[in-house]
Parts: sequence; structure tokens; C-alpha cells
Amino acid sequence: MSQRTCLFENHQNHGGKIVDFAGWEMPINYGSQVDEHHQVRTDAGMFDVSHMTVVDLEGEEVINFLRYLLANDVAKLKSEGKALYSAMLDEQGGVIDDLIVYYMNDQWFRMVVNAGTRDKDLAWIRKQSADFDVSVTEHPELAMIAVQGPNARKKALSVLPLDVSQASADLKRFVGVASGDWFVARTGYTGEDGFEIMLPESEAPAFWEALAEAGVKPIGLGARDTLRLEAGMNLYGTDMDESTSPLISNLGWTIAWEPEDRNFIGRDKIVAEKAAGVKQKLVGLVLEGKGVLRGHMKVLCEAGEGEITSGTFSPSLKQAIAIARVPVAIGDYCDVEVRGKLLKAKVVKPAFFREGKSCL
Amino acid sequence: MSEIPTDLRYTASHEWARLNDDGTITIGISGHAQEALGDIVFVELPEVDAELSQGDASCVVESVKAASDIYMPITGVVVDTNQALVDEPEMINSSPYDDGWIFKIKPADEDDIEQLMDASTYETECEDE
Repeated sequence: MSQRTCLFENHQNHGGKIVDFAGWEMPINYGSQVDEHHQVRTDAGMFDVSHMTVVDLEGEEVINFLRYLLANDVAKLKSEGKALYSAMLDEQGGVIDDLIVYYMNDQWFRMVVNAGTRDKDLAWIRKQSADFDVSVTEHPELAMIAVQGPNARKKALSVLPLDVSQASADLKRFVGVASGDWFVARTGYTGEDGFEIMLPESEAPAFWEALAEAGVKPIGLGARDTLRLEAGMNLYGTDMDESTSPLISNLGWTIAWEPEDRNFIGRDKIVAEKAAGVKQKLVGLVLEGKGVLRGHMKVLCEAGEGEITSGTFSPSLKQAIAIARVPVAIGDYCDVEVRGKLLKAKVVKPAFFREGKSCL
Repeated sequence: MSEIPTDLRYTASHEWARLNDDGTITIGISGHAQEALGDIVFVELPEVDAELSQGDASCVVESVKAASDIYMPITGVVVDTNQALVDEPEMINSSPYDDGWIFKIKPADEDDIEQLMDASTYETECEDE
């Protein structure tokens, strides 16, 4: 049965066009996806991400547990509120999910995982934690609102409850802070500055309207996808999943290989893959001419064939862009098969547009 | 929903067709179709002189969300295409029945347009979707 977040009525009142997303009734847009995209790039927009899953991990052995569970190393986190992006791998080295984990203190970490992977993630985490002194607590009573854009923080700070606002005012990038039942982090999924704000469900609808009053416009999932693609951020289930290792998913940078004696799930498999030579990688593609790149289109280059994992028309660049899994030896250009025709595309690092500027 | 012009004919796949004084037929997509597609970012226009049968995929309209084939409402030969859409495909959103026309055909038989739905039938069809 499909679920609704506590902000469902707000979406309807703002003219949200509702679609099913991972079992949730969510707004795809509130009118124009392209206008919403530009709103975030130039000013401030807000996303209901309450369908995402907040999990607290607490206990004496929580650090040891997370160093075993995750491919990145939480031992890097020394200061309160600091966030870490990591893949969670299975024994075969496949990606179960990508997530953000916040260090709260030596016995408490907060994790945010994807909505579509909630059930398998929680089952996996609970299973793996059986031998550790760790409790796993989901927080479905927390709503989450991402406020993103060059003016997002200023506008959000003006309407946050005073104590939360004061606690959040000087947050550094990729750091979060708990204030009462609220939690504010300077993170996001758009390539723009901003906050991700967790708050009690009971307070979320009024806070959403306060943000709207402050000039933060509601943004749907459609623009969320074009924004994250322009920023070159992977989408789980599209750019990577259990059948892909992090090494062929542009997630190598998130793997903490040192110290060598840290045993994390999937380590032996990806060490072997690396030793044998990684055969594919995720790159960015920019279509030279007119047209639109889409997921699953075939990529052809001298080194062999590949496939687009995410493609769209970039509203900021006004060109088609894509993330594609291709042979590692791909050159500077390739062809993409678009409805029977071969169109030329430039191969770039998978980051196209961030912080109001082209990365090309 | 947007107003459906009564002087046009419609298909179940949401194209509209207008019989012009010179016997050509102009083709576009309905207000309902452009709303469902969302922001249109690219139109692959048909080739002029292409001979296409009723129901053939004639060209492609792409929104940020998806690519959508445009089907021939009736059999004919393409005689003109709306080149303004090359740089401003969003005109299909802003003006689906006028500036956002896509192409013109010379129909094999101009009476074929009578087979298409009138506005009130099309409106009922959209409501049933």
C-alpha cells in the first residue's frame, strides 16, 4: 500500500502533481520541473525527503560495528556532527545502498538511507549487528526537508526555531547538529549549498509553510533528479546496485583502504577486483548536438560498449548529459545510440554543474 | 484542464489535426498531452517529403521526463515542419495549438480527418484516462 509523508497535504495545497515513488505518494513537480530546477540553482527550493529513512545506531560497540558494516571508515570522524558518505556492501562487494552517517558521539551515530531500500537495509543492518553491542532504532516520526540553493541557508535560518537557528548558523559543510528534537545538517543532493533538516512530524507542515513564506519554493522529485545528475551524484538503483561494485560505480573514493587490517564486509572481493584490474567505470557524457540522453542507451567507443545509467536534458547547460558505465579505456569522445542513430558525445568527469557554475 | 479548441480534430494518442484552407493539415499535440509530458526540451522533427501512414511514428517530442512518439493522425506526405521548435521546443508547452504546431502534411485524402475525434469526444476520452 502506498504511503504518504506528513507533508502530503502541503504538496496538494501547493499544486503538487503526485506520483508513486518507491511506494510513496510524492510530488514529481508543482508545475514546471525546469522552473523548479532553476529556482534551486539561483535562489532556494525545498524538497520533502521525509520518505528517506533515519536510523540511529547506539551502543558501546557502535564504532567497531560501523567500521565493519561500511566501506568508508567512520574512524575518520572526530568532531561532533561530522558526516561521512559511504557505500554499504554485501559479501560479494555489491552495493546494498549508499548513505550518509553522522558522528554524534562515540556511542551514537545517525544514518540516513534511501527510501526504496529501507526494508533490506534495516534487515541487513540488524542481521550484521547481532554480534555487536549496538541498538538499531528507526525514526519514522521524523520528517525531513532539504532546503537547497545559494540563498537556502539564509532563508532557512530566518524561520528555524530560534535555538535551532542559532545552533545551525555557523555549521561547516558536511556537518550536522542536533538541537532538541531537530537535526540540521549542511548537506544535500543538488550540488548547491543548503541544509537537510530533520524535525518532528508534528511540526513539519507548519515549518514547510514558514519556509514558503520566506521565499523557499517547493521542488518536486523531477528537479531533484536533474539537479543531482548535473552535480554528478549517483542515484541508487539506477547508477549502482547490488550487481555493481563500488569500483565500477565511481565510488572508489569513498572506500577507506587504510588501515589494511580493517575488515569490512565485501573487502576481500573488491580487493581482488582491484588486483585483477577494474574493467569499467562511470563517466559523464555531454551530447555534442541536439537531443536527449536517457538511461539504458548503448554507448560505443573503440574500447568496447557501455551503457548510460542516468541521462537527461540539463536545464542549466541546455544540453543533454548522462552518467554512463563504460570500458575504462574509453577516449575523449564516444557515440551514443539514440533511436537507431549514433550521436557524438564528449566524455567528461561525472560532474556537470555545481554551485551555480558549469564544471565543464 | 486547458480549453480544448473545437475547430480541431483529435486522436486517442493526443495529437490534434487542423484542416487548412490550402488543403494541408497541421499537426501538433494537445494541451492535455503537453501537460502530461511536462517541460519539453527537444523535438526531433520529421523529414519533409516523408510519406507516412496513419499510425506511423512521425517524430519525437522529448520532455525532461521522457521521449514520446508523435503518431500520424492520417496518411499523408510531410510538407513543412516548425523550425522554431528547434531552438524553442518549450513553445509546445506555452502554445500547444498555435505557435507549438509541429508539422504539416498533404493528406492522401483530406476527408480522412473526419475519422478523428471532435473536441467533445476527445474531452470525454481525456477525462476517462
